[in-house]
Amino acid sequence: MKARTAVPPAAKVPLAPPPTLWRLFLGFFIMGGTSLGGGVIAYLRTGLVTHYRWLDDETFVELMAISQSLPGLNATNMSILAGDRLRGWPGALLGALGMCLPGASLMTAAAFAVGVGGDDPISKAFLHAIAAGAVGLVTVVGVQLGAKMLYEIADYVFVAITVVLVAFLHVPVLYTLIGVGAVAIWWHRPRKTGPRDIKAPPHEDPLV
Amino acid sequence: MKQLFDLAGVFGYISLLTVGGGMAAFPELKNLTVDTYHWVTFSELMHYYSLGQLAPGPNMMMVASIGAQVAGLPGAAVVLVAFILPTGLFTFGIGRLWNHLDKWPWRASVQRGLGAVAVGLVAAGAIVLARGALNDWLTVVLAIAVFALLMRTKINPAIPIVGSGLIGLILYWAQLH
Repeated sequence: MKARTAVPPAAKVPLAPPPTLWRLFLGFFIMGGTSLGGGVIAYLRTGLVTHYRWLDDETFVELMAISQSLPGLNATNMSILAGDRLRGWPGALLGALGMCLPGASLMTAAAFAVGVGGDDPISKAFLHAIAAGAVGLVTVVGVQLGAKMLYEIADYVFVAITVVLVAFLHVPVLYTLIGVGAVAIWWHRPRKTGPRDIKAPPHEDPLV
Repeated sequence: MKQLFDLAGVFGYISLLTVGGGMAAFPELKNLTVDTYHWVTFSELMHYYSLGQLAPGPNMMMVASIGAQVAGLPGAAVVLVAFILPTGLFTFGIGRLWNHLDKWPWRASVQRGLGAVAVGLVAAGAIVLARGALNDWLTVVLAIAVFALLMRTKINPAIPIVGSGLIGLILYWAQLH
């Protein structure tokens, strides 16, 4: 029970002791099975911080920053990081498993169902309309991500170059990610002494 | 058997591209699964992707659908492991190193630089999806309506997406009568 001694006495709401592996798996399975309609991160915060009290808010935000800057799905990455904090590597494994199992089972079942009714005009009418709705949703996700990640004109230029390369010139995503990514990281390189440092916007850590 | 290896290779590779979310990898997902390997048609891929938006949990669990369609349950299992394990191990490692990286001056540079590219990749993914999904006035109106609704309210995204599907069904039924 190391975690308990790590909580300072001044903490407002004390954290619950780390769950057993089974409780951890069950908790992530429930969050993975109830987070309908995307926005899994919000469900994770409600579950981990408010409901189970396994993590405090600072830790949650810190883990979220890591999740978002690494490849992999945010919700899966969050489950791995939170599971590891709680119960080491078995916790990470079971957390990710619990998070992914409900959706993955449903989508596997959907493949068999769609495979049966794939040419049925009624399901086509439904599926085609939800695909149109999904375009709207994905655009919202892009706009929200942009509001959080883009600070200066150069950032918008990197976005535009990426879009043109991938969507119009059909350059593979990997080359674009490495090429434009390297230039963008270099553009934002640490500058301790240059004049840009003085004018640098107060966004040292844009994700937190 | 070769098919399972191909699935593992393709989805392991695609998982590395999901910077900023699953949508970032969508153009490559389409290239490989539709144009290169012919595992699904573009409209099947779009339909699975949209259904995936309705399923609980991470929004890219639809990769399991492709695996299942190609090679049944083993296909779904192989795809899921390939899609989750490599980036999962990477995240696990970085999670343990993170406190040390805190003092690394390039950390903020990497976050900001990759952040901009991630936004571009998500936008490119949206364009590729829109090219396939928006092909008449109804689909364009639905996309704009869902976009406007989700920008202005905090409604659960599943609701307007299911709503789009119902509108599609009603209009199809109206056409028949």
